[in-house]
Amino acid sequence: MLLASQTSRRKFLLSSLIALPAMGVSVKGLSAAIAADMVAPSLETYKPVFFDAAEWAFIMAACDCLIPGGGRGPGALDTNVPVFVDQQLAGDLGSEIYLEGPFDLKAPATLGYQLPYRPQQVHRNGIKAAQAWCQQAHGANFAALDAAAKTDALKNLQAGKVDFTAFGEEVVGSKFFFGELLALVKQGYLADPIYGGNKGMKAWIAIGFPGARASYLEWVAQHNVKYPLGPVSLSGERG
Amino acid sequence: MANITNDEVDVVVVGLGWAGSLMSIELAQAGLKVRALERGEDRNKADSAYPKPADEYAYGVRNKIMVTPRDGALTVRHNLNDTALPTRQWGAFVPGTGVGGSGLHWTGVLIRPTPTDIKLKTYADQAYKPGQLGEGMQVQDFPFTWEEIEPYMDRFDKICGLSGNTGNLQGRILEGGDPFEGPRSSPFPLPALEDTLNTSMFAEAARKLGYHPFPNPSANVSRAWTNPYGNQIAPCNYCGYCSKYPCLNFSKASPQTAVLDSLKRMENFSYRTHANVLRVDLHPDGKTARGVTYADAQGNEVFQPAKIVVLAAFQFVNVRLMLLSKIGPAYDPVSGTGTVGRNYAFLSNGATTLFFKDKNFNPFATAGATGQMFNDVSPGNFDGPALGIIGGAKIHSSQSTGTPISTSLPAGTAGWGQGWKDGMVDWYGHSMKIGITTSCMSYRGHYLDLDPTYKDPWGLPLLRITFDWKQNELKLQQYLRKIVLNITQELGPDSYSEGYLGLDAHWDITKYVSTHNVGGAVMGDSPKTSALNRYLQSWDVHNVFVPGGNAFPQNFQANPTSMIGSLTLWAAQAIKDQYLKNPGPLVSV
Repeated sequence: MLLASQTSRRKFLLSSLIALPAMGVSVKGLSAAIAADMVAPSLETYKPVFFDAAEWAFIMAACDCLIPGGGRGPGALDTNVPVFVDQQLAGDLGSEIYLEGPFDLKAPATLGYQLPYRPQQVHRNGIKAAQAWCQQAHGANFAALDAAAKTDALKNLQAGKVDFTAFGEEVVGSKFFFGELLALVKQGYLADPIYGGNKGMKAWIAIGFPGARASYLEWVAQHNVKYPLGPVSLSGERG
Repeated sequence: MANITNDEVDVVVVGLGWAGSLMSIELAQAGLKVRALERGEDRNKADSAYPKPADEYAYGVRNKIMVTPRDGALTVRHNLNDTALPTRQWGAFVPGTGVGGSGLHWTGVLIRPTPTDIKLKTYADQAYKPGQLGEGMQVQDFPFTWEEIEPYMDRFDKICGLSGNTGNLQGRILEGGDPFEGPRSSPFPLPALEDTLNTSMFAEAARKLGYHPFPNPSANVSRAWTNPYGNQIAPCNYCGYCSKYPCLNFSKASPQTAVLDSLKRMENFSYRTHANVLRVDLHPDGKTARGVTYADAQGNEVFQPAKIVVLAAFQFVNVRLMLLSKIGPAYDPVSGTGTVGRNYAFLSNGATTLFFKDKNFNPFATAGATGQMFNDVSPGNFDGPALGIIGGAKIHSSQSTGTPISTSLPAGTAGWGQGWKDGMVDWYGHSMKIGITTSCMSYRGHYLDLDPTYKDPWGLPLLRITFDWKQNELKLQQYLRKIVLNITQELGPDSYSEGYLGLDAHWDITKYVSTHNVGGAVMGDSPKTSALNRYLQSWDVHNVFVPGGNAFPQNFQANPTSMIGSLTLWAAQAIKDQYLKNPGPLVSV
C-alpha cells in the first residue's frame, strides 16, 4: 500500500472507514480515534516503499530501541513510526536541499550540512555500514542482536565510534547518520498521524498535547490549570 | 522558452511581502499602474483554512511556506580569507517566499526601535570615548529624525491593529507600557493580548528586580480590527501555530489580511507569481532603469518595462539584484569603498529554560507574539560605556508556540530510549523560557557580495555573506546572561539550562536565531557610506527604490517589521509627493 501523499492516505482512511461495516465491524460506539487506529496499517502487514526487507528489519529494530514500548507512553512500534520514516524517505524529503558542488566534506560544523546526499542516501548508506559493523563485531545483523548489544551498537553510532570508512562509506559518518535517524524517528512519533506515525495520537495523549485543536481563547487565561481535552488530528480523529 | 515583453507599467514592484504590498497599494491609490512580481506561489484564504496550518511537521519542520535552499541558498564564510560554502539546508535563518513573503509567517512582534536606536552613531559619539568601541565598527545613523518617521510608524501600527500597552503618549509615560519607547502620536490601537502563565511569572519577577516589563507589542490582534485600508483582521484565538505558519484564524496582520484584499480589487494593480526577477535593466547611460527581466514558470525570459522600479523583496534578494544589475558601486572591505553590500548585520539570541515540575504552562494555548519583555537594557538606558559595549537587548519570556517536536528537556535527560520517553511525559508543558534578542553592530569586514563559485538554478551567482561574532556582541551576551540568571533565581525553578554564546563563539549557521538579517544596501546621508538616500532611493539610479531590512545601517534589538513597514510608507509618500512631480534624485549630493 502506497501512502506517499496526504491525499492517498486520506483516501485510504476514508475508504477503509467506509468499508468497516461491510467487514462486519460496527463503527457505532467507536471513537473516531479508535476507528482510525483500527484502519491504520498494521506494522506486520505494511509493505515498505523505500526500504528493502533487510533495511526495514534494521529500521524496525532501531525504532524499537530509540523509543521502546512498555513503561510510560507508547513506543515507536506502537505508533507506526517506521511507517512514517519509510513514507518520508519515499517522498520528497530532501528535495529542498541545495546540492550544487563543489562539496567540502571537511567544512567546520558551524557551516552546516555540506554532504552531496539527500536523506535517502544518508539512510541507505548509513544502514549498510552499520549492518556491516554489526556483522564484524557480533557476527549478526542489528535486528538479530540481543537488547543489550543493540543499545550498545546505537551508543557507539551516536558517539561516532563506529568507523564507517572501514566499511567503504567515505561520506556519511556514524554520528551524523545516527543523529539524522533519531531526528526522523522523533518527528514521526510527534507529528500528526496523517504522515503515518503517532498512530491513534498516542504520543500526544501521553504528553498532553492537544494536536490540531488550535483554539484556546477560553483557556489561555486559565493559568496553571491542566488543559482538560484530548487531542484532535488533521483528519478529524479525536483522542 | 521565449523572450516576451509585457505591457509597460508605471511601477514594477519586485516581491509581494510587506514592503511590496504596502508600496503597491500606496502607489496604486495615487493612480499609478502598478504590477508586482513575486518569485513564489500565490497564497490565498484556502492556504490558511483550518486545520491545514495546524501541522508542525509540514510548517515547523519541513518549512512548507519558506523558500527552499535549492532555490534560495546563500553562501557563508566567517572572514575574508575563508572559502564560503552554501547554506544547503536552512538553520540560523529561514527566508520566506510566495505572496505575503515573510509577512505571512512572521510571529507578529511589532515593536519600534527607540529614538536612540535610530541615531546610534550620534549616541556613540557622545557616550563613548574615541577608540573605546571595537575596531572596524561602522555604526551609522538612520537619515531622518524620530519626529519625521513616527507618523509612518503610527500608520503602520494602525494597518496592523497593533495590540499592547502604550508606554509613552506624546511624552507622557503611562503605567504598563514601555517607559523607554519613543513618544507616540497616538495610543496602541488595541489592548494587549492575554498573558500566559510564563509571561505573568516573568513580568512579576522582572518588576520585583526593578525592570519595566510590558506585553510584547503584537500584530496578532486582541480584538476585531478594521484598518485604514478597510481590511478586517479577526481577534486572535491563541491557536499556537503562528511563527512559520500562515494564520488559520486570519488574526495575524499580514499582507493578506491587512493589504491585499483591498489592493487586489484595484484595476490599476496586477501581480504575477512564479516570476523570478533576474535583473534590473538600465538605460545605456546607467542613470535610470527601464524595467526588470524575470523568468516565468515556463522558463521564458520576460521583460517588464516600467518607469519606476521598487525592489521590495527580502533583504538578501534586494542586495543581490542591485549587485547583479550594477546599481551602485559594490562594496570593497579592503579599501572600504563602494556601498552595495556594505554594513551587513545579523542578530544574536540566547535563552535560559526553566523547568517547574508542578506548573502547567499549557504552551500550546498561545498567540505567536505572546510574551512580556523589558527594554531597560537598550542603548542609553544602561551603562554600556562603563562595560565597554554598545547595543542592547530585549529580555523577554515569550511563548510563540507549544508544538511538541521542539520540546526542551532538562539537562541530563536521555536523548532516546525509555529515559527520553519519560522525559517527554514528565516535562512537556512544564517549562518556560527567558530569552534575549540582541542588537548587532555593523563592521568593516561584514558584508555581502556575489559568490565566485556557487550558482542558483537560473545560473546566477549566489549572494555571499561574510560575517562572524565580534567581542562587542559576545560580551553583551555574557552581560545579559547574568541578568537572566537573576530573574531565573527569583523564579526558583526545579532546574534550568542555559544557551548563550561564549566569548570564543563563531557564527553557527545551524542554530536558528531569527530571520532578521539586515543591511547591505543601507540608507544614509552620504553616497560614500550608503547605497540609498533617506527616501530609499538609489543614489546612482534614481528611479530605483529599495524598501526593506537592507536599509538598516546596523541591527537594533527591536524586531525589524515595524521599521520596514514605516520606511516603506515613508518612501511611498516621497515618491507620491516629490518624485512623480519631478523625477530625479530626491537628495542632492
